Amino acid sequence: MLARLGYAWGFACALAIVAALTAAMATVQSLLGHNLDWPGLLVGVLLAVALAALMLEYFRVRSRAFSPALAEARLQALQARIRPHFLFNSLNAVLAIIRVDPKRAQDAIEDLADLFRSLLADDRQLIPMREEIALCRQYLNLEHLRLGERLQVHWSIDPEAENALVPPMLLQPLVENAVYHGIEPGLAAGAIEIRIGLDGDRLLVGLSNPYHPEHQHRQGNRMALANIRERLLLHFDVEAKLDTGIDGERYRIGMAMPYRRAP
Amino acid sequence: MTSLNQESAVTPLRVLIVDDEPPARARLRDLLDDCRAQVPNAIVGEAGSGLEGLDLLASNPADVALVDIHMPGMSGIEFARHLQLLEVPPAVIFVTAHDRYAVEAFEVNAVDYLLKPVRSGRIAAALKKAAAGPRLGREVFDRVDPHPRRFLSVNERGRLTLVPLAEVLYLKAELKYVTVRTREHEYLIEASLAQLEAEFAALFIRIHRNCLVARRLIRGFERLEGDVAEANWAVLIEGCQERLPVSRRQWAQVKALAKS
Repeated sequence: MLARLGYAWGFACALAIVAALTAAMATVQSLLGHNLDWPGLLVGVLLAVALAALMLEYFRVRSRAFSPALAEARLQALQARIRPHFLFNSLNAVLAIIRVDPKRAQDAIEDLADLFRSLLADDRQLIPMREEIALCRQYLNLEHLRLGERLQVHWSIDPEAENALVPPMLLQPLVENAVYHGIEPGLAAGAIEIRIGLDGDRLLVGLSNPYHPEHQHRQGNRMALANIRERLLLHFDVEAKLDTGIDGERYRIGMAMPYRRAP
Repeated sequence: MTSLNQESAVTPLRVLIVDDEPPARARLRDLLDDCRAQVPNAIVGEAGSGLEGLDLLASNPADVALVDIHMPGMSGIEFARHLQLLEVPPAVIFVTAHDRYAVEAFEVNAVDYLLKPVRSGRIAAALKKAAAGPRLGREVFDRVDPHPRRFLSVNERGRLTLVPLAEVLYLKAELKYVTVRTREHEYLIEASLAQLEAEFAALFIRIHRNCLVARRLIRGFERLEGDVAEANWAVLIEGCQERLPVSRRQWAQVKALAKS
């Protein structure tokens, strides 16, 4: 648990443990009939510090020994998934255009293949944001084929932010959610806005879509969010965060994480 | 429509297509063309939503409706439920990409469906079955829909009018009918108040043996003079001049809602 805390809080906690142990020892000493003297107390404090250091080291070694495999397994389980709904509807749309627009049908199959390759990839290394954006564009091409003018997407990307290293499938599930919850339930056209930028040494990602309160029974959004949150935690620990909120008629997601530049 | 099968003496099956995605409609159109020699058919209309579909049907009757389940505004299943109010509703064949729960319900209730991507072989078989088979009753479509409807359908001289539930102020039972009151209109539907209460419990509260009121529109209460309809209080509804009596039996419940 201590490992999850930031440096300052971890240090404060360690001090608190030392203080508690010292107090305990002093109590034991006085219970044993010794008078409370300064040299004795000093020895107590030193002993407590040594004991605390030993304990912390034990937990550190223990967490080193266990967690990588655990984290690895969790990452594997968390590998994002695409809705079957999307797959079958896309295939249906491609079948529909094969006769009238074979070129577009070919492009669509290629996009679909790339998308599934990324999805099935067992790669848990961070990837440049550029690649994740390209994947989202391929996904959106497919949805555009199906939804036509109903789906509008506005990108705003800081070129420097495209070099940021991010977990694979960080953005695509969120864009897919935005289409599923924000565009599909609407009779009229709707827009998805995606902003990717930098703020000092932080990478900021914002996404918003139209909000349809009557469609809240539709499952899947919370699962995708929990999934991404957990993967952010595994990759960036407490330095990454993900917030969601409803602001008027739009549903918003904001993510922030350390900016690590791709080599 | 130009390539109607001439060899066959049978009247072609009139088909309505309802799907919000243009390519999905195109796919069904192609497949209907392809199987025309096998099952003579004519497309009488294509709709992008359930509401459009009902409009089309008013002037273009159909024998079969191919209906996507997952549509904005009104689900395909709700569309099918409203259809059952027509004198001769078309046979419904649902089309779905992936909807495990709906498909299970269709299986149990012997409702026909096609899976997307739709296969050419399947559509001919489904059309033949729909043309020959008996019509399923209204209760079957009520059973397969797990969600409350978003509209009430009113049959006025053979034409269906849909009233969004969000616009309904109150529902009041009178003898055989239920009055549906909106800000501007009043409609009569054939329904039981108990069933409406069960289906729309999230939207309406019972204030009297014969009356359900939209929960979010209750603005206050007014004391009644004398003993009117076993009630001491009347409810005030936003956008409505009428005072609806709250029966003494329902008073505690209604008051509790107003407080929360």
